Amino acid sequence: MTALIVGALLWAIVAVLLVVAALKGGSLVTTGLREGALDFLRLTPRVAIGVVGSGYVAAVLPPQVLGDLLGPNSGWVGTAIAALAGALTPGGPVVGFSIGVTALKSGAAPPQVIAYTTAWALFAIQRVASYEVVAMPARVVWLRVVCSIPVPFLAALGAMLIGKP
Amino acid sequence: MRPRRKPFDWSTALVTLCVVVAAIVVYVRDGWDRFTAVFLGDLHIFVDILPKMAAGCLIGVFSTLLIPREIVARLVGAESGLAGLLIATFAGVIVPGGPVTVYPVAGAFLIAGADVGAALAFVTSWTLLGYARALVWELPFFGANFVMWRMAIAPAFPIIVGLIGRYAVKAFAARGIKI
Repeated sequence: MTALIVGALLWAIVAVLLVVAALKGGSLVTTGLREGALDFLRLTPRVAIGVVGSGYVAAVLPPQVLGDLLGPNSGWVGTAIAALAGALTPGGPVVGFSIGVTALKSGAAPPQVIAYTTAWALFAIQRVASYEVVAMPARVVWLRVVCSIPVPFLAALGAMLIGKP
Repeated sequence: MRPRRKPFDWSTALVTLCVVVAAIVVYVRDGWDRFTAVFLGDLHIFVDILPKMAAGCLIGVFSTLLIPREIVARLVGAESGLAGLLIATFAGVIVPGGPVTVYPVAGAFLIAGADVGAALAFVTSWTLLGYARALVWELPFFGANFVMWRMAIAPAFPIIVGLIGRYAVKAFAARGIKI
């Protein structure tokens, strides 16, 4: 049901954007549709490999290992391991999200996976090194990294408190 | 200009390699039945997310085409105080594009004399709440339920990081160090 509402909402936003683009005129609509379609075609194989493939990786990993490390009883140690792993994960979203969803399928608990994806979003070494430090003063970047250290733990705490997802 | 996704990248190649090895192990160890069971179980999820992914791609492209980056920059750069942090957080949620567009925007605020706390809140908000990555990447992988709860937990974090950042900048300034 939630998935259906989200889908309908997304396409409603697309409709609104299409109308705005049409009102602005020019070639906005055709340009947007063409680029959107190209993005979709580029993305599909990556997501297919990540989503379908993570099932195989999860089937190969011994469930008790990830379950012990990051499972429901792993507590703050598990959260710290997840946060550190997120920060050290190389590569882009394909790698980060593939690892996260594989962990979830092989017995890791949602709060720890949230700590992992949050740490990956905040600290992923490759993104910080190749994009952020290049475009912003290095001192500000390191200040941001240090100020963000509590965030993955707060995120995991929030998930534990509300008992979701 | 929007950054282009390369048709081939090493991340995807690495993930593919892991998946192929794992699939072979499953086939050799558990046999054909288990192999197809795993495939069909996750194929269902994949087919389910395709329309959402298509919508996500279109939203990303059209919002980039329709919202001038300068407008977002002006809103975050001009403000300060708690309102500045809130606006910076909101801007991080709606700003389109990936790291190639977002970090230069944040860098431009700082050069224009914007508050460091606001810049930190903006970047943090984009990483945790930015709709572009959530729609295009996170939603397909994790599903709507997981993403919604993760995002429901996150809105306070950019404000917290911005406040800590401001405090740190003041503390450093008191010691004569300029960030």
